[in-house]
Amino acid sequence: MSADVSDEVTDLSTPEGDTAVEVTGTGTRPSIISDATTRHGDVPVQTRNARFTSADVADYPEVTGREGNWKLTPVDRIGDLIAGELDGGRYEFAAATVPGIDVSWVPRSDERIGLAGIPEEKSSANAWSTFGEALAITISGEELVELTVDRSSFGSGARGAHTIIEAKPFSNAVVVLDNSGAATLSENVEIIVGDSARLTLVTVQDFDDDARYLATHFGSVGRDSYLKHVVVSLGGSIVRVNPSVTLGQPGAEGELLGIYFSDAGQHLEQQVFMFHKAPNTKGRVNYKGALQGQGARSVWIGDVLIGPDASGTDSYEQNRNLVLTDGTRADSIPNLEIETGDILGAGHASATGRFDDEQLFYLRSRGISEEQARRLVVRGFLVEIVQKIGSPALEERLHDAIEAELAGPSAVGA
Amino acid sequence: MSTLKIEDLHVSVDTDQGTKQILRGVDLTINKGEIHAVMGPNGSGKSTLAYAIAGHPKYTVDSGSITLDGEQVLDMTVDQRAKAGLFLAMQYPVEIPGVTNSNFLRTAKTAIDGEQPAIRTWIKEVRGAMEKLRMDSSFAERNVNEGFSGGEKKRNEILQLELLKPKFAVLDETDSGLDVDALKIVSEGVNRAHQSTDLGILLITHYTRILRYIKPDFVHVFVAGRVAEEGGPELASQLEDEGYDRFLTAAV
Ligand SMILES: Nc1ncnc2c1ncn2[C@@H]1O[C@H](COP(=O)(O)OP(=O)(O)OP(=O)(O)O)[C@@H](O)[C@H]1O
Ligand SMILES: [Mg+2]
Repeated sequence: MSADVSDEVTDLSTPEGDTAVEVTGTGTRPSIISDATTRHGDVPVQTRNARFTSADVADYPEVTGREGNWKLTPVDRIGDLIAGELDGGRYEFAAATVPGIDVSWVPRSDERIGLAGIPEEKSSANAWSTFGEALAITISGEELVELTVDRSSFGSGARGAHTIIEAKPFSNAVVVLDNSGAATLSENVEIIVGDSARLTLVTVQDFDDDARYLATHFGSVGRDSYLKHVVVSLGGSIVRVNPSVTLGQPGAEGELLGIYFSDAGQHLEQQVFMFHKAPNTKGRVNYKGALQGQGARSVWIGDVLIGPDASGTDSYEQNRNLVLTDGTRADSIPNLEIETGDILGAGHASATGRFDDEQLFYLRSRGISEEQARRLVVRGFLVEIVQKIGSPALEERLHDAIEAELAGPSAVGA
Repeated sequence: MSTLKIEDLHVSVDTDQGTKQILRGVDLTINKGEIHAVMGPNGSGKSTLAYAIAGHPKYTVDSGSITLDGEQVLDMTVDQRAKAGLFLAMQYPVEIPGVTNSNFLRTAKTAIDGEQPAIRTWIKEVRGAMEKLRMDSSFAERNVNEGFSGGEKKRNEILQLELLKPKFAVLDETDSGLDVDALKIVSEGVNRAHQSTDLGILLITHYTRILRYIKPDFVHVFVAGRVAEEGGPELASQLEDEGYDRFLTAAV
């Protein structure tokens, strides 16, 4: 039994009035999902896990920008990362020494490489074909441990990189990859969550204005284990982070969260894939983004696949965008495929709305300045995700980063 | 003495069908400490008057003036008006997701006073005001008006009125959607603000029942965008008996 749901929601904000689109769908049985398909009538060409995979860049045809996974990306500005020569050497990073967490460079022959996934895109394969050593973060023990890896020295030359984050069985960790500075980088990140382990992985993309960054995350979540995966994208010219997480063992849970704040001229993209492969898995996808300034752009594609063996699946995904000024564009495309009739629940929602003038008026009528009112509303919009991260220090840091975005030069708009 | 003066006010609203004239020459003078009831049928322009005073961007003042102690209110931005001492309790208060009531109240108080309130006394004051309005303390940590019932939203408006201490308040149908108990509680809040700060009040209402609890000094009957008749509290009792029919036929 198979059913597909695909809704495409595109919002081109216009100078006049409210443009708000909302698409929702829920279902506990595929029949309901099928109804939704009829209504929105756009069926994916292939099942999401049936894409071509190869770690060899030579196996991929040239990227034209017409491919489903590239059509919303400015491919003409990242040709060097997709198919050009990349520097696969080491880069500088900074990380405290934390008992229970090992951070080291490992050779390509490391047995974990390829365990969590294999590239589906040329840019990902290009990085895979190039990297010399992988940066491996290995978590052991059972105590809760926290680590921030500061990565701000990628430099502006085109690079390829590979990162492994392995949470051994029963381990419990919060790991932050704090990415900033200059970057022209294509990277693969493999996330291996062992049985009964808990891992929160946060990646912050707060690069320089002209940075270009493509990342593919492969997550493999073991039996009764939990992955909280958070993508925070703030700075950079083009930032495209595509997390793909497989709930491959019974009882696996994945919570995929994201926040992005796209400014004038920025392209922030995320293609999220959650694969419910084993029975009794739970998945939550929740991304929120704000856009402000001329040419601010965001793309969110959320694919959820509930495989034929994934009985008892509990799944929900949503994306919400808040448009603060004219001249922005947010694409939000949720896709839900269900291949078994026996699930607990599955649903999706997507909405893109303009900054609400009535909210602004209400706050201002209480003496609050326009700028501060805007800040309150945007912070209020994003806070739901920030609070779910579960690390007070990081929440503080993100609050500050969001404040800085709001105070940016284009904050005067509208 | 403080005075809010509205003179020959003409206001139109931008609609999808074009501009629509709503207020057609409104004159009203409210002195500090006075309570004025503005009563009128649905669609007569009461909320438009309220929004025009507060400076809602949808409403365009075509002519006339609004002054507060001689200062031209129409030249002020929305937040400047609030800082100057004007307050609008809205007919339909807006929900603000993700912003807690307590954060909102503190931000507003800071903006209006120009400095942060002393934290300890402020918390006490908020708590005390909420208790008097029979608002559970959980409303402080809930998001502004989000999921509040109609009556809870109205209490929240009066809570702001009591905490922000304006010179003049426009209460737009604060009575609508309230049951008798809530009506009493909300009216007591308005009366407290009136007594403690000598607040001037423009009380907009469709019905007379709130006037049992809040005693107006003046009553203005609003029909088709202007004041059709004015008088003392006795005019309200007359309206209670006769309704607006007399004015509606006259207006045609
Ligand atoms: N934003 C708007 N767009 C279109 N029409 C409007 C708008 N605001 C007011 N109007 C129209 O102007 C007229 C006056 O409206 P207003 O809300 O001021 O009346 P009111 O006296 O407050 O009515 P009620 O007792 O129902 O609250 C009505 O005919 C209304 O439909
Ligand atoms: Mg009204």
